[in-house]
Amino acid sequence: MIVAEKKPMEEVIKEIKDYKNILLLGCNECVTVCEAGGKKEVGILASALRMYFLNQGEEKRIDEVTLERQCDHEYLEEIRDRIDTYDAVLSLACGVGVQFMADKYISIPVYPGVNTCFLGATEKRGLWTERCQACGQCILASTAGICPISRCAKRILNGPCGGSTNGKCEISKELDCAWQLIINRLKAMGRMDDYEILLDIKDWSSDRAGGPRKVVREDVQE
Amino acid sequence: MKEKTPSKLEKILASGNLAVTSECGPPRGSDPEAIIEKANLIKDYVDAINITDNQTSVTRMCSLAACIRLKLMGLEPVLQMVTRDRNRIALQSDILGAASFDIYNMLCLSGDHQSFGDCASGQNVHDLDSMQLIQTVRRMRDEGKFIGGDEIKRPPKMFVGAAANPFADPFEIRVARLAKKVAAGAEFIQTQCIYNLDKFEKWMEGVRDRGLHEKVHILAGVTPFKSAGMARYMKNKVPGMDVPDEVVKRMSDRPKDKQAEEGINICVETIQRLKEVTGVHGFHVMAIEWEEKVPEIVQRAGLLPRPEM
Repeated sequence: MIVAEKKPMEEVIKEIKDYKNILLLGCNECVTVCEAGGKKEVGILASALRMYFLNQGEEKRIDEVTLERQCDHEYLEEIRDRIDTYDAVLSLACGVGVQFMADKYISIPVYPGVNTCFLGATEKRGLWTERCQACGQCILASTAGICPISRCAKRILNGPCGGSTNGKCEISKELDCAWQLIINRLKAMGRMDDYEILLDIKDWSSDRAGGPRKVVREDVQE
Repeated sequence: MKEKTPSKLEKILASGNLAVTSECGPPRGSDPEAIIEKANLIKDYVDAINITDNQTSVTRMCSLAACIRLKLMGLEPVLQMVTRDRNRIALQSDILGAASFDIYNMLCLSGDHQSFGDCASGQNVHDLDSMQLIQTVRRMRDEGKFIGGDEIKRPPKMFVGAAANPFADPFEIRVARLAKKVAAGAEFIQTQCIYNLDKFEKWMEGVRDRGLHEKVHILAGVTPFKSAGMARYMKNKVPGMDVPDEVVKRMSDRPKDKQAEEGINICVETIQRLKEVTGVHGFHVMAIEWEEKVPEIVQRAGLLPRPEM
């Protein structure tokens, strides 16, 4: 899923302080799971903002709506009939949702309420870690199911580098060395010989480097 | 191992002599004197001089310009190149630039992570990794081809090196990793600083078991400690460094004013012991900001005179 984290309150206040009628728009997908921008977080943030502006002696209307998804036309259409009653939208969706909102309602200012961080997994409640950088050409078949592009600080395809110490990365003792994990898996699967296969220079054109990407499936288009 | 380039370092290694290299870190400014001075201190005691490439991710004068300075002095540079800061266009372009000045040696590295340096908030590139850089420069030289497949007019004649750290983890793949670098095309290796000699010799045993010592020239890396404080710092703070407790103790047991001398003694003894190890074809003396001690180390270790080529 897409993992995000809440922006600091001060930053959010700075974004919206000049507007009177504000819609806080949550999303029921990834940001709900990572507890950054779902219905619950929308409610908490709305209360905190109301209290803040009340203390400042400012009268504001702060409404709460959480959509099934903000990255889908169908759900974003649900607010069309009321969108003109707001001066600004504070979206707690990931960057995709914020932009979809901006695309659709061209004259309404929209602000991000979360920082979109990465594609990752829930290790346990309150701990999410990165697993994928969406490079567009998956190499997991060659790396024992562990991705060095997202999990090695130098995205080294033929690792580990000389900084790997006690299974940890040179940049932090908290961070597993991705290549140590790959080697552990190769060993567990009895495939250590595969370690010596050189991974070719990667074609990064399907990555961010190739420009904004799209996936087209004509067979499912209506 | 047949010679493939005009590199003096390659010739010395091919002749069966023990090679001696050292390194200079470029200055954090544009004054060429800093490089010239360091080079003058060591030039008669080593066969080639590595120029580091923004080591520890701290912004410095570029390795290529400093290598050109050495060439202008009639010396033999080893151009260090990390994959952290440049994509494949810039790497190939700099290789050609170096070749245009007849720089004949190159060391392919991935580089320390930028978080260690003065631009921790910068991007890193890592378009290629160090093994792929080795492959790239070998292909440029041997096939006269760019990565994209086009032909190179006057291909670079680089003797291609790589680093090896016998002490990084996991130890069990350290020989396999060397084999991978050799398969990628590395012709010489400069190792991480060696303080744990037993572990290094164990690694060399594995290297010999696979016959890798006959396919690649291994230059053992040594760095003298200036003080017990430096020994402790290297042990505790530098990633991938293995400094045994007894070495730290040997330094700290000496009074402060005798520690530098003890550091040199350890370094000389290390070289003397490793000279006897089959497959060690030379030494890479990294006297960090202590270049003036290189002559003494090389002389006391019995590595003089340097061969004329």
